[in-house]
Amino acid sequence: MSPKGEAPSSQQERATTGEVRTAVVPQPMKLSAQNLDFYYGNFHALHGISLDVRENQITALIGPSGCGKSTFLRTLNRMHETVKNTRLTGQILLDGKDILEEDVNAVRLKVGMVFQRSNPFPKTIFENVAYGLHVNSFRGGKAAIREVVEKSLVKAALWEEVKDKLHQSAFGLSGGQQQRLCIARALAVEPEVLLLDEPCSALDPIATAKIEDLLFNLKSETTIVIVTHNMQQAARVSDFTGFFLLGKLIEFNTTNVIFQNPEKTETEDYVTGRFG
Amino acid sequence: MSPASTIVNPSSTLKNLVNYTMFAVTGFCTLVAVGFLFFILGYLIFNGGKSLSLSFFTNLPAPVGEIGGGMANALLGSAKVLLLATLIGIPIGFLGGVYLSEYSTARIAFVIQYVTDLLNGVPSIVIGIVVYGLVVHPMGHYSTFAGGIALGIMMIPISVRSTEEFLRAVPQSLREAALALGAPKWKTIVTVVIPAAMRGIISGTMLDLARVAGETAPLLFTALGNQFWSPGWNQPTATLPAMIYTYAISPYEDWHRQAWAAGFVLLALVLLINITARMAISRGIYVPKG
Repeated sequence: MSPKGEAPSSQQERATTGEVRTAVVPQPMKLSAQNLDFYYGNFHALHGISLDVRENQITALIGPSGCGKSTFLRTLNRMHETVKNTRLTGQILLDGKDILEEDVNAVRLKVGMVFQRSNPFPKTIFENVAYGLHVNSFRGGKAAIREVVEKSLVKAALWEEVKDKLHQSAFGLSGGQQQRLCIARALAVEPEVLLLDEPCSALDPIATAKIEDLLFNLKSETTIVIVTHNMQQAARVSDFTGFFLLGKLIEFNTTNVIFQNPEKTETEDYVTGRFG
Repeated sequence: MSPASTIVNPSSTLKNLVNYTMFAVTGFCTLVAVGFLFFILGYLIFNGGKSLSLSFFTNLPAPVGEIGGGMANALLGSAKVLLLATLIGIPIGFLGGVYLSEYSTARIAFVIQYVTDLLNGVPSIVIGIVVYGLVVHPMGHYSTFAGGIALGIMMIPISVRSTEEFLRAVPQSLREAALALGAPKWKTIVTVVIPAAMRGIISGTMLDLARVAGETAPLLFTALGNQFWSPGWNQPTATLPAMIYTYAISPYEDWHRQAWAAGFVLLALVLLINITARMAISRGIYVPKG
């Protein structure tokens, strides 16, 4: 059964270009993976992935467990390098420059990451958010740091809940609050791109809704790439969606097209819940 | 003959008897094992209790023939030797542990672990004689300094391994969080990983200290002993374990009692350090699991 309501424009577009990578929205390209191949030892985990992330848009990566979507996400700020015995070939361009050839810490400062499980440091709420400033030799007095901490917590929709206990341990927060704290911590260094690796998989629906709302608000200042298991979430929050299967990018298009009128049968089977 | 007929099936009374016997024998041996600590403590108090007084902690040893006196010099001497040993052994062991956990490859780690375990197994008297050859002999005299080096070497392997273990217990996700914020690896280690493991590392250090506090053999070769105060770090010094040895083999009744008392004090101190460290460890999980 083919889902109804396909947008004629996307139909047309595919007809004319025949390119999976086409986009309707004319935002400039921010981050671009080109021909990425990734190996864990001898295991070939990513096969020739090419994908463009548009500025100030939310790009969702979906697919069944083990399809390589998290692995791909981790290459985008070179977190894959923390795992030994891996190999990456291809290019990842951030504003046209290959991040694989730049200083790794500078890359990660520009491309922030929020992980699947909230991982606050065993420090106070304030110190958690200020950490990125401290390790990057932030020039500015205490007042400036306080300002950044407050601004970041506001952006992460956590300020109201923690403003009276900034100097208490981060472990006193609930799971959802801890995850928003991790988002605030990532935002404090003002990343140009924010990567989120299944940020809501351990959260209840209310906490999830809060994070989805704040992602929507963050779009205006940063580019977001989110890996999610939850197809409804991808459909709700993202502008573009990529579908991964067995280490390959099967289809990449606007979220509307992927969910309403996908080109590939694998994508359709997955988004309609026939497998996965 | 069918297999079934070869299986002996003892009567249920025999089975019960064997069962109860096993229960009794294993239970008794467990009791003995656990009870020995309390037996030792009691025995030390029984034999040395009379010499345990305030003066034991404040006075110098009395000359032969005089009753009383204390071991204040040995208490201070032990404290100095242990301080020196900690200053020598812990930085080396700690940094070695950091290397092992954070930097080394699996193959190098295996070699280092193996070698530190071997060093841990070197008999303490061998370490004593080596330090005698390397420090005491060239310097021409026994000293607090030499004793500290000997015990310091003995502290290294446990310090390496306990530091390594507590650092490895820090979740990888914390390291990733710091790296993802642009922190270089060394800053991640210094500002996140080590602080998260600090309580465990300090507890491990205390256990390490408790372990070498009772070492006697290496001290006989290095710190020797002294009937008087030992000013500075460069002279022979009395230490509790060496004092116990000297007093216990002496022919004097009163010295024997003092040796028992010193044994009790030493054991009590070691137990105290041990219990404090273990309490700190059990309370010391810095990061909620999962």
